[in-house]
Amino acid sequence: MRATRNPDAAAAQIWYAADQPQKQKGGGGGDADADAASGDGAQKMAKKGEDLKEEMDSLIDEIDEVLEENAEEFVKNYVQRGGE
Amino acid sequence: MPLPSVMGSEIEYGITVQNDRDFDPISSCVLLVNCYQDDESAEILWDYDQENPLADARGFSVEGEKYTPNQQENIARNKTLKNGARFYVDHAHPEYSTPEVTNVRELIAYERAGERTLELARRAATILLPQGQMILIHKNNSDRKGNSYGNHENYLISRRTPFKDVVEHITPYLVTRQVFCGAGKVGTENRAQPCDYQISQRADFFETEVALDTMVKRPIVNTRDEPHADREKYRRLHIIVGDSNLSECATYLRTGVTGIVLALIEDGAIESGLGIREPVRAIKEISHDPECRYECQMERRGRMTAVQVQQEYLEAALRYFSSREIDPVTKDVMVRWERVLSKLAEDPMQLDREIDWVIKRKLMMGFMDRKGVDWAHPQIAMMDLQYHDVRPDKGLYLLLERRGAVERIISDEEIEQAMVHPPTDTRAYFRGECIRRYGSSVFGVNWDSISFNLGEEPIKRILMNEPLKGTKAHVGELLDSCATVEELVKHITT
Repeated sequence: MRATRNPDAAAAQIWYAADQPQKQKGGGGGDADADAASGDGAQKMAKKGEDLKEEMDSLIDEIDEVLEENAEEFVKNYVQRGGE
Repeated sequence: MPLPSVMGSEIEYGITVQNDRDFDPISSCVLLVNCYQDDESAEILWDYDQENPLADARGFSVEGEKYTPNQQENIARNKTLKNGARFYVDHAHPEYSTPEVTNVRELIAYERAGERTLELARRAATILLPQGQMILIHKNNSDRKGNSYGNHENYLISRRTPFKDVVEHITPYLVTRQVFCGAGKVGTENRAQPCDYQISQRADFFETEVALDTMVKRPIVNTRDEPHADREKYRRLHIIVGDSNLSECATYLRTGVTGIVLALIEDGAIESGLGIREPVRAIKEISHDPECRYECQMERRGRMTAVQVQQEYLEAALRYFSSREIDPVTKDVMVRWERVLSKLAEDPMQLDREIDWVIKRKLMMGFMDRKGVDWAHPQIAMMDLQYHDVRPDKGLYLLLERRGAVERIISDEEIEQAMVHPPTDTRAYFRGECIRRYGSSVFGVNWDSISFNLGEEPIKRILMNEPLKGTKAHVGELLDSCATVEELVKHITT
């Protein structure tokens, strides 16, 4: 029943090993500053809309990468007993 | 009377093993719990003598058998950790109970330490399985096939507050608070009317207003009267109606606002008249309307939306604190509560960085839009499940967190501290420090006791009836001055 030792001192390190950012987030603070300087409100709104769409697109791409395959089978087999 | 100052949560996780046709949840839970290494805590009994889950707050006891496992089974199923938490097997689920804390920031830290504990145990246990099998853990509350498991919150309140007042004033609050702390779910269960997406994971499972049960005919207000503290002075309000949250903001509001509402109830600061007619029906109707427009039929005040009911509680809290001192965390909770309610009234989808059911819904809508699929698509069901996965590289909530797409309340450092240190300002400090310092001599533990094995002598049980004693300020020096457990016990018992 005993597993290999997994002391707490190493726990944080282990956590972050699997917790590294896989991708850099697009559209950082610098872009926002540039928008502010450009002035035109409508243009800024359009740019913001584009940024949001780009952000959602890159998010969906990442979900595609991590989403379990065989979703139908996976979800069908997920059965729990009632608890509490 | 001040705010209820001691709280904690118990969270049951979903468990499954991939590629195991003979999957048995109980043996998988036992493996999981035993694979988490926490130094000296491996061989400590959970002290069931101190428990009585059959006492009812309405003043009677229910017939039934108390669960008392034999010693070997007890040790195999229970781990009390050096941070003062309990990690154990409850029926067919792994469960993590936080240590007692005095504020909601710390509660988030220990809940999140629980998520990481489950993940580390999962990795260690998976190594022991046959090639190709993998344990998966989800912080959710339903399998979408009619089976639910709980998230239980505990708040210490005064025994002087009549229980009927608690029931009257907390019911409308509990029915409506899901608008900011529901975890979201695709579809309905338990014979509820169909819908695409609903606010709460648990609402479909509540069938009665007030009762002792937690597993069948679940009640909105649970009457278990087991204070784990001095019975003459305290009650432990055991709230079973909530969802498990991934979002720190949602946990912060769920527990922070509940603490505020309980303080108001204890001080008689909520006026009567907020009663909802047919609360069991209302909790489902509210959940099934993600636009938050459903109007509940009130006992005396016509019809009100869930957000409007919450705004009445907020008004009462603003009045209450206008003439009282307020601590910074409570003040921050109030500000956030007010802001979240006004956004919910305007357009709930604005809360896509803070509130779980909105975060998840927005994610699914983006996915459906891009792929041209609908709510019935298996990948949407998969997202509904995988949002709650505790693996940092697979869990969709954790993916959003890594991308900075959700708001945080606490730092990663606070979570790391919470994994290895108990809170300093409750009896959990004494429990956790005793395990860290004298683990091999700790014989048994319960929330309100710790017992020591001193070799030839009889087992010595130390009672901890006061949740706010045994703090660092109270026993820190004593612990530092005792090199051995014998010295400690001698000091305490003489």
